[in-house]
Amino acid sequence: MSPDPTALACPRPLRHDTVQLAHGGGGRLMKELIEGVFLPSLGTDPAGLHDSAVLEAGSGRLAFTTDGFVVHPRRFPGGDLGELAVYGTVNDLAMAGARPLALAAAFILEEGLPLEELAGLVASMKAAADRCGVRIVTGDTKVVDRGKGDGAFITTTGVGLVPAGVEVHPRRVRPGDAVLVTGDLGRHGIAVMSVREGLAFETPIASDCGPVHHLAAALLEAGLDVHCLRDPTRGGLASVLNEIAAAAGVAIEVREDAMPVDEAVATACEILGLDPLYVACEGRMVAFLPEAQAEQALALLRVHPEGAGAAIVGRVLEGPAGRVTLRTTLGTARLLDLLSGEQLPRIC
Amino acid sequence: MRFVDEYRDGAAARTLAEAIRRKVTRPWTLMEVCGGQTHSIVRYGLDELLPPEVSLLHGPGCPVCVTPVAIIDQALAIAARPGVTFCSFGDMLRVPGSAEDLFAVKSRGADVRVVYSPLDALALARELPDREVVFFAVGFETTAPANALAVAQARREGLANFSILVSHVRVPPALEAILASPQRRVDGFLAAGHVCAVMGTEEYGPLAAKHHVPIVVTAFEPVDLLQGILLCVSQLEEGRAEVENQYARLVQAGGNRPAQALIGEVFQGVDRTWRGIGPIPGSGLGLRPAYAAFDAARRFGVEGVGGPESAACQSGQVLQGLLKPMDCPAFGKACTPDHPLGATMVSSEGACAAYFRYRRFAPVEAL
Repeated sequence: MSPDPTALACPRPLRHDTVQLAHGGGGRLMKELIEGVFLPSLGTDPAGLHDSAVLEAGSGRLAFTTDGFVVHPRRFPGGDLGELAVYGTVNDLAMAGARPLALAAAFILEEGLPLEELAGLVASMKAAADRCGVRIVTGDTKVVDRGKGDGAFITTTGVGLVPAGVEVHPRRVRPGDAVLVTGDLGRHGIAVMSVREGLAFETPIASDCGPVHHLAAALLEAGLDVHCLRDPTRGGLASVLNEIAAAAGVAIEVREDAMPVDEAVATACEILGLDPLYVACEGRMVAFLPEAQAEQALALLRVHPEGAGAAIVGRVLEGPAGRVTLRTTLGTARLLDLLSGEQLPRIC
Repeated sequence: MRFVDEYRDGAAARTLAEAIRRKVTRPWTLMEVCGGQTHSIVRYGLDELLPPEVSLLHGPGCPVCVTPVAIIDQALAIAARPGVTFCSFGDMLRVPGSAEDLFAVKSRGADVRVVYSPLDALALARELPDREVVFFAVGFETTAPANALAVAQARREGLANFSILVSHVRVPPALEAILASPQRRVDGFLAAGHVCAVMGTEEYGPLAAKHHVPIVVTAFEPVDLLQGILLCVSQLEEGRAEVENQYARLVQAGGNRPAQALIGEVFQGVDRTWRGIGPIPGSGLGLRPAYAAFDAARRFGVEGVGGPESAACQSGQVLQGLLKPMDCPAFGKACTPDHPLGATMVSSEGACAAYFRYRRFAPVEAL
């Protein structure tokens, strides 16, 4: 399923190898870019191109979200900017219990970006969208002067349908809930860091970049009383737990020995002085649901390859509101606080 | 993770804690010298495992924390110069000088870069021959060899656009100052394992003998620290005052001789002011006259620069083990990692930052 940029044949030869300012100028060159790069990959609206796409939505509630993606480098072990931009927004929709319907993509391109690379990113987006069963139905392109951007930034916006009866929100988290994660933690952040910092590991660490909407659907369609879902991106699991504990007015305790962390990621974190619980994932989900349903949820998640590493990592307590603690391997407890301004490079 | 997990083993830790409990008969106060040890203690809650008779004080071994405000101000003045690429370990960027920090200077357009090694800065100096590349050389004896190596290489290569702003400090003079203080509360030391990996253990013998204080060279993982505490408590209970080595898997009595030779070649002993503590004679390392050309403070004429410390910051008391971070009136209120008054709240090795991050158990109530 991984996108092969070389498989993307442009229907007509492009006159340039790199992005020109005029590619964003609204004229002939922009038309050429749309028809030569975007449409062959993403497809065209059967109703014809227009300023907006019109979607059949039926009745019910819509989930609506947007996210900007600026990861550097644009290609990293296990993924690239294009697929990250699709999965990131699809996953955000899924965290509201929504079934993703359609995406919009806005590109900010720097003059001089090789068109071949752009075509590769677009092909990645298409493959990722296909994998999620979602279409990219509208978009926009702007080109900024060389030196005024960093190659390519992509913003995706998504809409999804929330099925009747589904209510997934931090305020529903309550004491007695179990905390589940769908796989090992910290892969994406470390994969990107290792490329940026030129770190070579014996076992290359690939990002977990991928969709989790089907994992959310597996829990919801089984009729489990899912209280809250969250994808632990920037700030990692620890930040998600802090946000949820504060929003729900509960305390959360997690167990250090229950945390799934890959050996290579743990080693890299040790070297870099990072705590994997604060490192970003891009293909993981944290789920809160009643403890009595936790084992069933685990079994449902583990059916999927993306959920094979799922684990129950902690539980929700009465209070004090907002406090997240970690039970260490020594049996002692410590605060798992929000990070204070630790600077990590751009990772999403 | 081999060579790490076994030193974080819960069963081994509980066995050692039990051994300490059986050994101790009366109150003892131990100081762990290094900030890395402090973070491990607070992070793993080791003090919760100890019997009430054993209390731990957090020592001065955080290089970022003891760097005086004046030198931070010098760094800010140099970094703000056009044509300068200022390289530093990441921790130093958020340490407040008398008015602002390196992040503030960076946001106004200064070229401030985080590097992992002085050799990265040296490589930048080769890449950017038209810029003055300055490395902020802070640290104890642990970071001195790499900094010495960078300067020695720069001289060999004739790299005229490389210099270092030196704020090196040494552990033994600080221990002497703490032991000689009339307010002394320390009965025994857990000496800093990595400093001793470079310098060896021999220079601690005279200190142990003069002040009749046990000094146990100790590593950084929970099992290491508990073992160091057991050795130290055993000495105190038995009336011994010796230098012992818990970190024998890395530390040799003679230390790392080639590293010491490199330090001796490039640096010499100087008096140094410690942030929050004050001047300690012979406690620093400065460049030898033969390497004076690589001294950034001289090159940029900032030797006289430097403002006063925040009056509200009591980090000096914390660094001498006279005040626990949470007993400081500013802790978690006027002083947080986002708005630090002093470096102990900033550094990844600072005691105040450790307590704020791992132990501020009632954030809602306290703030």
